[in-house]
Amino acid sequence: MALDRSDKPRTFKVVGTRPLRPDGIDKVTGRARFGADIVAPGMLVGRVLRSPHAHARIVKIDTTKARALSGVKAVVTRADFGAVPDGVADVIDNCMAGDKALYDGHAVAAVAASSAAVARKALRLIEVEYEVLAHVTDVDAAMQPGAPILHAGRQDETVPEGYSQNVMSRVEFGHGDIEKGLAEADRVVQRTYRTGATHQGYIEPHACLATMGPDGQADLWCCTQGHYMVRNTCAAILGMEQGQLRVTASEIGGGFGGKTTVFLEPVALMLSKLSGRPVKMVMTRSEVLRATGPTSSSSIDIKIGMTKDGRITAGFAQLRYQGGAYPGSPVDMGSMSAFAPYDLENVKTVGFDVVTNRPKAAAYRAPGAPMAAFAVESAVDELAKGFGLDPLEVRLKNAAREGTVASYGPTFPAIGLEATLEAAKAHPHWTAPLGENQGRGVACGFWFNFGGDTCVTLNVTPDGTVTVSPRAIPISAARVPR
Amino acid sequence: MSQIHVTTSINGDATEFLCEAEDTLLDVLRDRLGMTGSKEGCGTGDCGACSVTVDGRLVCSCLMLGAEAEGREVTTIEGMATGDQLHPLQQKFIEMAALQCGICTPGILVAAKSLLDKNPDPTEEEVRYWLAGNLCRCTGYDKIIRAVMETAADLRRAS
Repeated sequence: MALDRSDKPRTFKVVGTRPLRPDGIDKVTGRARFGADIVAPGMLVGRVLRSPHAHARIVKIDTTKARALSGVKAVVTRADFGAVPDGVADVIDNCMAGDKALYDGHAVAAVAASSAAVARKALRLIEVEYEVLAHVTDVDAAMQPGAPILHAGRQDETVPEGYSQNVMSRVEFGHGDIEKGLAEADRVVQRTYRTGATHQGYIEPHACLATMGPDGQADLWCCTQGHYMVRNTCAAILGMEQGQLRVTASEIGGGFGGKTTVFLEPVALMLSKLSGRPVKMVMTRSEVLRATGPTSSSSIDIKIGMTKDGRITAGFAQLRYQGGAYPGSPVDMGSMSAFAPYDLENVKTVGFDVVTNRPKAAAYRAPGAPMAAFAVESAVDELAKGFGLDPLEVRLKNAAREGTVASYGPTFPAIGLEATLEAAKAHPHWTAPLGENQGRGVACGFWFNFGGDTCVTLNVTPDGTVTVSPRAIPISAARVPR
Repeated sequence: MSQIHVTTSINGDATEFLCEAEDTLLDVLRDRLGMTGSKEGCGTGDCGACSVTVDGRLVCSCLMLGAEAEGREVTTIEGMATGDQLHPLQQKFIEMAALQCGICTPGILVAAKSLLDKNPDPTEEEVRYWLAGNLCRCTGYDKIIRAVMETAADLRRAS
């Protein structure tokens, strides 16, 4: 049924009912077990030594004194991991620095010890010799020739000449003729917008418990948004068969995208492998903020043309996202979603993926899209205001609908934007009188959908009932009744 | 490395433990006594996930030393339900879906109970002010505030 034409309220068997949360009792009694809420017999405490420099060559790491401390059972540096497949090379480098520390807080060594106090003392005994290098944290500065370079020789062939090697790749989307469209406009707005690198801010810091035996079989308990991702990634890094690593997802105290990768897990596994003991690692809040991924910060140029009756004649955006110390900012998705809410004849987006001396960005609620939407919608608002037009009507006039060729290529099926805008327009909140210091606005945004790996088993049980066991992460939501 | 011997009461039970001088009450609860219902979200008293009461006063257990529990009465989320009977706040939080991921929930429940013990008829503003030290990243607070208000109303009707 086309969403755009769905105006008849429907009643459903499940949707619209209010069942009690099946995870409710566990969570209101404190019984629910999150990442840090588990212990194992003989468990050690794992801790990470982090770089105090935003950019430094690691000349030498001497762990002799730390290893000699009573209670220290293992010390790990990057050398312990050896070569890993290309697909996880940046992942392990982010978990444990190789030749260079690329941001303040970058892990350079880790210890497993009999207590937190011993572990802390051991970290102080590790001697790291750094050659401090110039650093860059601003996306526009990092793109300039002459900027300090994080990774030499890794630039993609899509990047034109004249940019720093920190520009890792360039993407382009769109159709039509921007100049022709701008010429048809009654007014063109050209603006630059910048956004900061917000952290997801989940209340639960990253935590895990790893147990690996001399037979190479391992168990890993961790808070994650995807335990199959954790298994695949860690197994590749540690050179294990995936079937040798059993990952169990704990209850998760928020993720918001930030727990779609690994930080502590491969390190805990290596510490357990070397010590022969279970190793539990829990980040402090400071470590979460220094060394786990926020969203990208961005710098975005917008050029939009509009006729005086509110029709967008052309939309152009150049998006520059820094994704921290490794390639892979969500600038591609920002470039695809920037103008996706609109039915445009002339549209073009160009995106640059840039590395800087910051923690590697992680997914965060529609990765890449909010900053692009902020820039485009701010410019659309400014144009609407300039012509004295209702901002909602302007969006309705330009809304993508069934048959619209999206700015990033595909032709949309019925996508419901017009129906949503009409519903907003009809809502009493849209016309309610405003008090002093109150405002009202409207904006459109676009996002795709992603899913993680899962596996579901279904058993007919001896009592004649059927048990469905979905191995999915109940992220901030109720688990399926057991 | 001599440890400190502490005699205290936790959820009404006489309890003894050994701790390092630097261990927080939260460290002791979680790592020495196995009571992991209290959570560490920040370790700096900002998030309230570690809320407990000490002699009836609401505190962040990450900001208090374990050794300071000597001779005190500590209550935690583990002591909130009585046998198989949930506290009315716990029941209402489930009924009104006043939780999502649940990491902040124990701290919020401990804090809310501490409020209602002192003030059975709080205004919405008083509830919001009292819970301002408990961060929830998921729910947007509205359901939490309403659940506390409704529980307070239920308890007043019952008394």
